[in-house]
This record gives sequence, structure tokens and C-alpha cells, in this order.
Amino acid sequence: MAGSNPNAKPMNLTLKVWRQKNRNTNGQIVDYQVRDISPDMSFLEMLDVLNEDLLRKGDEPVAFDHDCREGICGSCNLFINGRAHGPEAGTTTCQLHMRKFSDGDTITIEPWRANAFPVNKDLSVDRSAFDRIIQAGGYVSVNTGGAPDGNEIPIPKEIADRAFEAATCIACGACVASCKNSSAMLFVSAKVSQLALLPQGNVERKTRVENMVAQMDKEGFGACSNIGSCAAECPVGISLENIAILNREFLSAKATSNNLA
Amino acid sequence: MSWINNTLSSSIGRKIIMAITGLFLCSFLVVHLIGNFQLFKGDGGLAFNTYSHFMSTNPMIRVAEIILVAGFAFHIYEAVVLTRRNQAARGNQKYVVSHIEQNSDWKSRNMGILGSVILVFLIVHLYNFYYRYHYEPLPFDSQNNKNLYAVVMTSFQTWWYVALYVLAQIALCYHLLHGFASGFQTLGLNHRKYTPVIKAVGYAFSIIVCAGFAAMPLYFFIFKS
Ligand code: HEM
Ligand code: SF4
Ligand code: FES
Repeated sequence: MAGSNPNAKPMNLTLKVWRQKNRNTNGQIVDYQVRDISPDMSFLEMLDVLNEDLLRKGDEPVAFDHDCREGICGSCNLFINGRAHGPEAGTTTCQLHMRKFSDGDTITIEPWRANAFPVNKDLSVDRSAFDRIIQAGGYVSVNTGGAPDGNEIPIPKEIADRAFEAATCIACGACVASCKNSSAMLFVSAKVSQLALLPQGNVERKTRVENMVAQMDKEGFGACSNIGSCAAECPVGISLENIAILNREFLSAKATSNNLA
Repeated sequence: MSWINNTLSSSIGRKIIMAITGLFLCSFLVVHLIGNFQLFKGDGGLAFNTYSHFMSTNPMIRVAEIILVAGFAFHIYEAVVLTRRNQAARGNQKYVVSHIEQNSDWKSRNMGILGSVILVFLIVHLYNFYYRYHYEPLPFDSQNNKNLYAVVMTSFQTWWYVALYVLAQIALCYHLLHGFASGFQTLGLNHRKYTPVIKAVGYAFSIIVCAGFAAMPLYFFIFKS
């Protein structure tokens, strides 16, 4: 990583920001100017500058979600210039740096848009639909008692690696936001295949996929058209192969489970 | 049997129906293409007319025809249901600025439009050849078969007819450039060994099949009129 660059010139930018009071009102785009933005700032720091300006003027700051600011919590969800998490592949918004933009640029910032993700305020959306999908089956049963031995259950490294890759999903929702169908299949498939690959996931293997898909549909997410926007925009690179695994798991669970509903 | 109903009306279940019917329709395209290649035989259409007679009278073929109609019906029905559901999932407020073209292919996002072009074509096509063959008086050829070849020839001497056919084949080609491999993915058949092969076969299939069909109207228009 390059350190701060003393020659980098500060930038002046026009921001077109989605402002919306709450869930029940309509929002609109509002224009703002920000000045002297360092190319070394992260995108969120640039928004901090905007909010300080707004506070100084006595205006309401722009609401946006953030927490870790290091790419692991999945809360900094902004749709920037028509792309989830902005123009750079494989990053969250907190990892996006202003050096990706140029002096004089106009940047449009919108919230994730999906029926299942209602806007709380401005750029902050309610992603609790994801929590409900996880509650429906994204867990494993663990026996109480003494901690098991580290290597008691042998798992081939290749399988462990694939499960780990799927487990890196940070539940940011960029897949839903970038999908033309607002489909949550990539998110659901990451969790289902992670647990389907591992022996620990075996106990609930069939009910998990049945319940998670049912909840996904109930929340009003769209279906998958195998377009691939999700995988292209996913900050951690969850692949479409997981969606195929999800479909297989779903079909075989439906065909063989004891669940008649 | 509510579990069957729930499976088939879930988002994944509907996509699985699309994939099975779509790949089944692909197999139909192969049969249809090979049979119709007899148009190029240069025998004044005798072989083609014999084949047409067989296809419209053989009981096995009539059964296959019913399955084919059902395949189209389910494919189109699920296409409409899924497309509407997918559009509703975005909500009332669309993105003000969207650059989805930077992360995906046009054809994969427009399967509904491509399918609709195919559907319009299909209606014209069925009226012109299927309906007229079965329900309108046609001349007979020297072997006493209905002379469908003559109908083909006159149809393909009309420029707009040829244009519609070629356009529909382009739409079908794009539909399959995405659809062929997409169908396998939907069925869960994704494997690092085989998926690259499926994609390559899908590309070759789409181009060869659609070029083959498009060659027929062009052949008659250019060489027989
Ligand atoms: C010979 C004609 C056709 C063939 C061979 C064909 C084949 C296919 C295949 C293989 C797929 C991929 C399924 C998947 O993604 O799992 C597909 C998808 C699709 N087809 Fe067709 N199709 C045909 C006609 C039509 C027609 C007439 C329509 C609509 C009026 C249509 C609409 C669609 C739509 C909307 C999809 C995408 C569904 C989605 O991913 O959400 N197709 N088709
Ligand atoms: S699959 Fe990728 S884009 Fe979707 S929620 Fe997980 S990390 Fe985010
Ligand atoms: S703030 Fe946690 S991922 Fe960006």
C-alpha cells in the first residue's frame, strides 16, 4: 500500500446524495459541494467532512451506516455512481479511497434499493431481512460439555478452504443491491454451502436450506437469473458456484426430507 | 402434496422449471434443424415434403408435439411469473444512477425481451407453416404429399418475412448464448472441470443452430427468387 502522497492535490467534488427523512416519506437527490478532500481519505472520511460542514451550517447530517471501517462488518453500504460500494472491485465503501476519483467529479450516492431493504433514513437501510434468513437456518447445533479436540473431526484441506471462502461473506448486501432482480441468492448460497461442505453442518443440512430459501422468498427478494452482477460486486469474491451448490442442496433436500409442508 | 407445490412455486423451483424446459427446447431445436436441412437438398422439395408428411401424421410425433407445446407453455408461464416477481423485488424507487452494464452482460439481463421476440416469431411461424399445413388446402407434389416446400419458397421470397426470421434467429442466438449455460447452472451443475466445457458448447450450439435456421430464409431469398 502506498503511504500518504505529499504531491496528491486536494479535490473539490460535487455530491448528489439521496436524502430521505424516514421509511414513510419519499426521498430525493440533493446536491452538495465538498472542498479540499485529500486523495488519501477513505470515502467514509469524505462523507464525515460533508457532515461536519452540514453540522456547522446547522443542517441535518447525512445518515449512513458504518462500524469497523476496515472491511469486515459489512455495514458501510453505499451505491456510488451506479455501483455497489463504488467503482473499485473487491472493496467495501470504507476501503474505497478518494484517489479513485478526480478533482471536479460529480459523485452520486444512493442507498441499497430493494423492497426487502427499506430505507431507514438517507443512505441507511434496514437489512434485518438477512438476520431473519440466518435465524431460519444459518446455524449449527453444538453439544454442550467439554470443548472438543481441535482435530477430532478430520476435514480435507481443500474442503476446509472452500468452506472458509464461503464463510468470508460479510452480509453486506451488495449482491442484492447490484442484482437486477434484487436477489439474495449469493448471500444465502454462501451460508448454505459453507455449512453443507462441513460435517458440523450435517445435522440440519436439509431443514437449513429449506427454511432459509423459504424465508428468502418470504422477505420478497427476487430469483436468480444467473446474471453475475452479485459476484462481480461482492467485496469478498463469493463465487457463483455457491449458487449452484444452493440449488443442488435445495433440490435434494426437497426430494428427500421428511418435511411434508 | 403441498411440498411439491411449495417446491415448484419457490424462486428456485420456478427457475428449475425454466431450466428444464429451456434445455428441453434446445433439444427440440436440434431435431427441427436437422429435419429442415432437407430444404437444401435440391430435389424440388420431395424429401422435405415426405418428411413433413411423416412429422404431421406419425402418432409418436404427435405425442412429442404435445410435450413440446407443454414445454413452451411452462417456459413462458414461468418466464412471466419470475420476471414480474423480479421487477417487484426492487421496490418503487429505482436507482437514479445505475451502471449495471459494468458488471454484467446485456443478454443475461434481457432474457424476457429476447424471449418475447422469439414468441412473436413463433406465432407468425406457426400460423404460416403449421396452421396452413393442417387447415388450409395446399397443392400436392409429384409424390402426392402436401407441397409445404412451395409454401416455404413463396414465404421466403418476401423480404420482410426473411427479415423477421433473421431477426428472430439473432434474438434466439442471444437468448441461448446466456440461456444454455445458465440452465446448467440453475440445475446445480457447476463444476470447475465441466463448466468451462458447458460454456464453450453453449456458445457453439447457439451460433451453429441459429446460423443454420437463418440460412434457410436467406438461401431461398438469395438463390430461389
Ligand atoms: C426455442 C425457444 C426457447 C429456448 C430454446 C429457450 C431456452 C432457454 C434457456 C435454456 C433458458 C435458461 C434457463 C435458466 O436460466 O435456468 C431460458 C431462460 C429464459 N427464457 Fe427462454 N427459451 C426459448 C423461448 C422463450 C420464450 C418464448 C420466452 C418468453 C416469452 C422465454 C423467456 C425466457 C426468460 C425470461 C428466461 C430467463 C429466466 C430467468 O433467468 O429469470 N424463452 N430460455
Ligand atoms: S455474498 Fe458478498 S455481496 Fe453478498 S452479502 Fe455476502 S459479502 Fe456481501
Ligand atoms: S464499515 Fe465495516 S465493512 Fe465498511
